[in-house]
Amino acid sequence: MLTGEEVLEKLVSQTTVEIRNPNGLHLRPAMQFVDLASQFDCEISVSNGQITVDGKSIMQMSTLVATYGTRLQVRAEGPDAEKAVETLRDLMETSPFGEPPEGKA
Amino acid sequence: MKFEEFVCFEATIPQLQAKDRDGAITELVAALVSAGRIPAELGKEVTKAVVKRENEASTGMGKGVAVPHVKHGAVKTVVAAVGHSAAGIDFASLDEQPVYSVILLISPAGNPDKHLQAMENIFRHLQKERFRKFLRQCRDAAELEDLLKEADENPSW
Repeated sequence: MLTGEEVLEKLVSQTTVEIRNPNGLHLRPAMQFVDLASQFDCEISVSNGQITVDGKSIMQMSTLVATYGTRLQVRAEGPDAEKAVETLRDLMETSPFGEPPEGKA
Repeated sequence: MKFEEFVCFEATIPQLQAKDRDGAITELVAALVSAGRIPAELGKEVTKAVVKRENEASTGMGKGVAVPHVKHGAVKTVVAAVGHSAAGIDFASLDEQPVYSVILLISPAGNPDKHLQAMENIFRHLQKERFRKFLRQCRDAAELEDLLKEADENPSW
């Protein structure tokens, strides 16, 4: 847990998103996530409830086994944390990574 | 999912003849056909599908490894073949460096969760420098089998 003082020093933003594309977070959507995350200065971590990985590392993101319906917690720490979380949530929830709902990947 | 559950050790290629990406994929698919894991008549089709997927986004993850893959009805369960190239192959990798270890993964069309489980195992190990080094040093199929089984048995390896 961060104390109040630490929160003042570091901007923290987090959200929980559900994976909605039937194929889950496979390599290509994970790469989209990492590409987008890497555009921000803040540190970004992603947790599936069991493990927490670096949201800017494609190899680490590939170990989340984020199947359809998995809930992932995205957490950002740094000056642009809020914008990062907002943008990443849009990628994951609004567009489901641009894949068709029937998941013909 | 453990390596032993999806890696076809009969399809290991200790020294890839191919000098380029598509050639390496072709060789590894052919090895899976020879091992009886892909029907012979579907070999070309599977190769084409892997190359098509590779053209959409490189699976050269950097650090000398690539994991070309595709979901295809030619297989009923997830199956992988491992190949090595001493000379290195251009996979248009993220770090623009040549690839020395290629793990080809073919997953059934209708089971995306199993595909993710196999990828989890592959990348959990590939993250480790020691594993990548040992993988690159395997000289034959038996050594590769030993390495992957050892990794399976020691999660913290």
